[in-house]
Amino acid sequence: MASLVLGDAMEHEVVMSEYSRGNPSRTWIRRVHWGRGIALFLAAAYFIIPFYAAMQFSLQNKYGHFSLQPLTQIAQAPGFFSSLWLSTQLAIATMAIVLILMVPTMIYVHLRLPRFRRVMEVITILPIVIPPIVLIVGVDGVTPLWLKSSQYLLALIYVVLAMPYVYRSLDAGLGALDLKTLVEAARSLGSGWVSIIWRVLVPNLRSALLSASVLTLALVFGEFTIASLDGWTTIPVWIYLAPTNSPRINTLVAMMALLATCVVLMVIVSFDRKSHSRRS
Amino acid sequence: MSMDTRTPPTTKIDASPPKTGAPVVLENLTRRFGTTKALDGFTLHIEPGEFVALLGPSGCGKTTALRVLAGFERPDIGKVLVDGRDVVHVPAQKRDMGMVFQSYSLFPNMSARDNVAFGLQLRHQRSAPRRARAEELLELVGLAEHSTKYPHQLSGGQQQRVALARALAIEPRVLLLDEPLSALDAKVRVELRDQIRALQQRLMITTVFVTHDQEEALSMADRVCVMSRGRAEQIATPAELYSRPSSEFVARFVGISSRVAVVRTGDSVALFGRDLKIRGRAPEGVESLDALLRPEDVDVVVAPTGFGIITHKSFLGATTRLEIGIGGAAVKADVLSSTADVFELGTRVDLVANARDVLVTASRPAT
Repeated sequence: MASLVLGDAMEHEVVMSEYSRGNPSRTWIRRVHWGRGIALFLAAAYFIIPFYAAMQFSLQNKYGHFSLQPLTQIAQAPGFFSSLWLSTQLAIATMAIVLILMVPTMIYVHLRLPRFRRVMEVITILPIVIPPIVLIVGVDGVTPLWLKSSQYLLALIYVVLAMPYVYRSLDAGLGALDLKTLVEAARSLGSGWVSIIWRVLVPNLRSALLSASVLTLALVFGEFTIASLDGWTTIPVWIYLAPTNSPRINTLVAMMALLATCVVLMVIVSFDRKSHSRRS
Repeated sequence: MSMDTRTPPTTKIDASPPKTGAPVVLENLTRRFGTTKALDGFTLHIEPGEFVALLGPSGCGKTTALRVLAGFERPDIGKVLVDGRDVVHVPAQKRDMGMVFQSYSLFPNMSARDNVAFGLQLRHQRSAPRRARAEELLELVGLAEHSTKYPHQLSGGQQQRVALARALAIEPRVLLLDEPLSALDAKVRVELRDQIRALQQRLMITTVFVTHDQEEALSMADRVCVMSRGRAEQIATPAELYSRPSSEFVARFVGISSRVAVVRTGDSVALFGRDLKIRGRAPEGVESLDALLRPEDVDVVVAPTGFGIITHKSFLGATTRLEIGIGGAAVKADVLSSTADVFELGTRVDLVANARDVLVTASRPAT
């Protein structure tokens, strides 16, 4: 807050001096640059300081020096790889199911039932509104036994949880296309629906699909409540259970998961930017 | 997906003899959207290789008629016969109709060549002949050097030419053009208009062209179907439509812009002091008539004691359009811009009808 006030005061000074020189447009640009710089700095500090503190806590040895040795300890930690493998399987299954379900549905709604978009918006926001505990208790009450014992029940629940993010990504992607014309052009050339989706729409929805996938991935790798209530040791549950009895290792795993998600996001953003610049 | 088993097109377009397109019959088509009747018993017979324009204002049903023919809409009642076969229940992807849309419809993820080759790929044509055929078609529309460019790297006119090449690549039985020129600027529009017409005449593909621009329709089509409220008002050659519009609606749509009350004497009417023959049939038993005039039907002469007064003047390039208030009517007339200096606002003028005959209609009741 103090910085903001200070920033405003500095902006004010710039404004006054520029006005006195009679160049209001340059003043405006400088003011925007100042404001942007301060906002960026604050946002960066908000994320970087805790991350740095956690990394320091995990990677500092007893002599106060940084060491990568704890990284090697992760591999030896009991249950780490099985949890990682479980989370990965769940992430892949969730991404596959949610995209297979949502892509054709969204295309159909955009093309044939545009009025239903509002209803879809409300429906897809429900998983955010309903607490996970309610969801898992409800699901457990109606799920047949054979499915209850399968880890893929979690994937099915995650599909519901991922819907708000996937819906919004796809909705934005489809909204940016002239969907009706593209579909009709493909049909007039002899294309059936599978071919239209696969050859025409999916390549043009690439960034929307990528962001939907990453958000789903982040959700699966970060979800704790449902996995723990359902008795599955996914990565977040493993961190909580702390089988290593080493809070340093657990913090390091959490940080590595965060870092990995950030890297994936950055790769997708740069990939998207590259494809965007190629197109425009 | 279409599994068309026809022999893939491999013949060189330049070398191939003119093909004859399929005859098309739209029979008594009716299509409702809620309470609105977009088509109301619409009937149109199109000869093989003919170029027919569907002309009308927005909401007249012209696009719905085209979409029914393409298979994107199903009529409530009526038949669509292509080559004598009713295709109402045949899905769009199996109708073999090439279509060019109003908005740019190229697939953004594909180059111009891949766009053109898309339909051939669906027909399982092998890669080499497919690419050759796509290049050939791009050459046909004058875009051979742009084959590797993506849609965003092409101008609007170029994109529509690629879309035309793409539609022609599948050797369609019927070519459908849904206002393909309306998003383009005036110069490109005229160029592409001529190019489309030349191509159609060369390939002799049955073509249906939807437009709201009468100049486009009259300059391109063999026959024009003027539509209103889901029905065909008049189907005629451009010359016939221009000289003998069957109704006031059609007359207004093909450029008639003024109406003046006239006195009838047998099969003639007196207009601006001249007796002119009535063109076509006059309304039976009606004495009170209005003459329908185009701007080029009237000459304007400066006369200090004239009955007309110039109320508006707009420069159109080679000609200048004047609006003259005369006896309670507003008459539009075109004069050469080189002689327009003498016609200032408020100048008194006389009007002289320069046609031999004139279209008449029953007078509008006074409101």
